[in-house]
Amino acid sequence: MSRSVELIDVEMTFGKARAVEKLSVAIEGGEFFSILGPSGCGKTTILRLIAGFMQPTGGRILIGGRDMVGIGADQRPTSMIFQSLALFPLMPVWENIAFGLEVRGVRKADRRKRAEELLELIALPGYGDRMVHELSGGQKQRVAIARALAVEPQVLLLDEPLSALDLKLRQHMRAELRSLQKRTGVTFIYITHDQSEALAMSDRVAVMSAGVLQQVAPPLELYSNPATPFVARFVGETNEFPGRVERVADGMAAIETAHGLFTGRSGANLKVGDQAIVYVRPEAISLAAGADANGLHAVAEQLEFEGATAMLHAKTDGGYRLSAALPHHRLAEAPTAGTNVRLSFAASQALVLAHA
Amino acid sequence: MHSLFQRFGVGLGSVILICVATWLLGMVLAPNLMMLDFSLRPNLMPAQIGGPDDRYTLVNFTALFSDPVHRGIFLKTIWASALVMATTFVVTYPMAYWLAKVARRKAVAFVTVALIIPFWINEVLRTLAWYILLAFNGPLNVVLTSLGVIDAPVRWFSDIGVLAGMVYAYILFMLFPVYNSISTLDSAQVEAARNLGASTLQIHRRIVIPHAKAGIATGCVFTFMLAAGSYVAPALLGAPGSRWFTEIIYNWFFEGGNWNRGAAYALVLLALCMAFVMAALRIFRVNLADVAK
Ligand SMILES: Nc1ncnc2c1ncn2[C@@H]1O[C@H](COP(=O)(O)OP(=O)(O)OP(=O)(O)O)[C@@H](O)[C@H]1O
Ligand SMILES: [Mg+2]
Repeated sequence: MSRSVELIDVEMTFGKARAVEKLSVAIEGGEFFSILGPSGCGKTTILRLIAGFMQPTGGRILIGGRDMVGIGADQRPTSMIFQSLALFPLMPVWENIAFGLEVRGVRKADRRKRAEELLELIALPGYGDRMVHELSGGQKQRVAIARALAVEPQVLLLDEPLSALDLKLRQHMRAELRSLQKRTGVTFIYITHDQSEALAMSDRVAVMSAGVLQQVAPPLELYSNPATPFVARFVGETNEFPGRVERVADGMAAIETAHGLFTGRSGANLKVGDQAIVYVRPEAISLAAGADANGLHAVAEQLEFEGATAMLHAKTDGGYRLSAALPHHRLAEAPTAGTNVRLSFAASQALVLAHA
Repeated sequence: MHSLFQRFGVGLGSVILICVATWLLGMVLAPNLMMLDFSLRPNLMPAQIGGPDDRYTLVNFTALFSDPVHRGIFLKTIWASALVMATTFVVTYPMAYWLAKVARRKAVAFVTVALIIPFWINEVLRTLAWYILLAFNGPLNVVLTSLGVIDAPVRWFSDIGVLAGMVYAYILFMLFPVYNSISTLDSAQVEAARNLGASTLQIHRRIVIPHAKAGIATGCVFTFMLAAGSYVAPALLGAPGSRWFTEIIYNWFFEGGNWNRGAAYALVLLALCMAFVMAALRIFRVNLADVAK
C-alpha cells in the first residue's frame, strides 16, 4: 500500500510556545488513522498543518508522495471536517454538499446529481432542499461528511467530529464512519480525545502528549503493550505499583514494590536498580490466588456495578487504592466492604516500564 | 404597555409613556405634517394668506418636474448618491473584512481609533480639510505635479471632489455595520470554503457577502441617505456650476423666500430616501428590525 500522508520531523511553534515537537509518522493509503491525546496536546494543530491552513515551522509534509510546501489549503487533496462542522447555513443541504464542485465550475445539473448520490450514500435521500438548521445533529454530521467527500479527496481530516453528539448517536456514527471509510477507501485521519472512540474505529492510533508523539500502534497493541507510562495511563484504566528493578531476564522483570515482589513483562531499556512501575489493568486482577501469580492483600472498600462487570475498589496495606474488574459470573463471590481480600494477577498480564 | 406599568409602576410608567408620546408626536410627526401643509399651499404675499387664493394645490410638486434644470439636478443627486454609496462600499469592504477576520487585536484598536478621531471634528471642518487639500494650488496638485503624475494642476472641485469628500465623510457609516456583520461570521466557514477549493473571490461572493448582507444593507441605506441629504460637501467641493438637490432646497428657503416650494422639494427628497430604503430592504431580503440592530 502506498504512503498517503507522511510527516517528516514536523515542528510547529506559536511564538515561543511549542505546539508540536519533531514528529515523524507515515500514514498508509486507505488507513483509518486516529490521533489521540488530551486537550491542548496539539492534535488540531497537526490536522491544520496537513490541511494547509498553516505552514510548519520545521520539517516536511508529503501527501501522495508530493511535498506540500507552498501548496495552499485550496490546492491540497485533503478535505477537513471541522469540530464545529462549519456547514454553510445560508445554503440548502444540496448546495452545501456540492459547494466544492460549484467552485470547480461543474454544471448545476451535474452538481445536483452528484449531491443526490452523496445524500444516498449518507442515508439522507430527499433531504437536498432542506436548510441546514432543519437537520438534527447527526444529520448535520453526515452532511458535513458528504460535503467533504464530494471533492473526492485522497485524505479526509476529521477534528473530533462526534464530540457534540450524545452517547447513543456517537456510537451509531462511529460504526457509520467506519463503514463509510471502508466503502470509499479514503484515508481517514481522525482526531479525538476519547480513547474508546479511537480504539473502536482505527487501524492504528497515535497517542500524543504535550506536542510529543508517544506511540503509534494498532489498538490492541496500544492497549496491551503501551510504550510509555503516559500511554499506559491515558489508554484504559490501570493500577500502578512503583518499585525498584530486582531482576531482568527473558523479557520478564521482577520489581520490589511496597506490596511485595511482582513479576511482569519487561518494557524496553530496563536495568537492575532502575526505578520502575508495574502496570496492571483492572480486568487482569482476580480474586483467586493463582499459582505463578503475583499476590497482594487488601481491604475491600466499595463495589461499583457497571453492567457487564463490577469494579471492586480496595485499599492495600500500604494505603494504595486499586481497582479490580470482576466479571459477571464471579459477582456472587464479591466481597462486602470491610472484608480482607486476597488479589492476584498473572505475570503475563503485568507490564513493567521505567519511571518517566 | 401592561409590562411597562408592571415594571415601573403606574406613576413612572405614565411619565415614560408621556415622554415618548410627546417626542414622537411633537418632535417627529408635527414638523413633518407642517412641512406637508406648507408644501401643499401656494407661495403667497402675507396679505393673501387666509384669503381665497390660499387653498391646497400640487403646484409646488409639479413645478419640480416641469423645470428641466431642477429635474436634472434631482436625478443627478439620485445617481450620484448611488455612486457615493457604491464607492464607499467598494472602499470599505476590504477594510471591514481585514478588521473583522485578519487583523490582530492591536491593529484593530489602532485602525479604529485612527478612523474615529477625525470624526470628532465637525463635518464642515472635515470637508474644509478636503477643500484645502484639493485646492487648485493645494498640496495634492503640488505633489502630483512634482511626481510627474500630472503635467498641470487639475481642478478637483468637481464631481470627483464631491465624491471623494462624501466617501470620506460617510465611510464609518458603512464600515461599522459591515464590520459588525462580518465579525459574526464563523471563521471556520471561510476555512471550510477554502478547504473545498474556493478562491478568495468565490469565498467572498458565496460565503462572506451573503452572511454580511444585513450589515451591507444598513451601510448602503445610511450612506445613500446621508449623501442625498448632504449639503456641505457639494457646496464646498463641487464645481461652481454644478449643484446638489439640497442646495436648491436651501435656496428656496433662504434665498428664494419660497418656503412652500422648498417644503415640497424637501418632501420629495424624503420620499426618495424612503423609497430607497424599502427597495434596498427588498433587494437584500432583510427586514427593518435586522437593519436597526
Ligand atoms: N493560533 C495559535 N496561536 C497560539 N497558540 C496556539 C494556536 N493554536 C493552538 N495554539 C496552542 O497550541 C497548543 C495545541 O493546540 P491544539 O489546538 O492543537 O490542541 P488540541 O490537541 O486540538 O486540543 P483540543 O482537544 O482541546 O482541541 C495549545 O497549547 C494551544 O494553546
Ligand atoms: Mg482541537
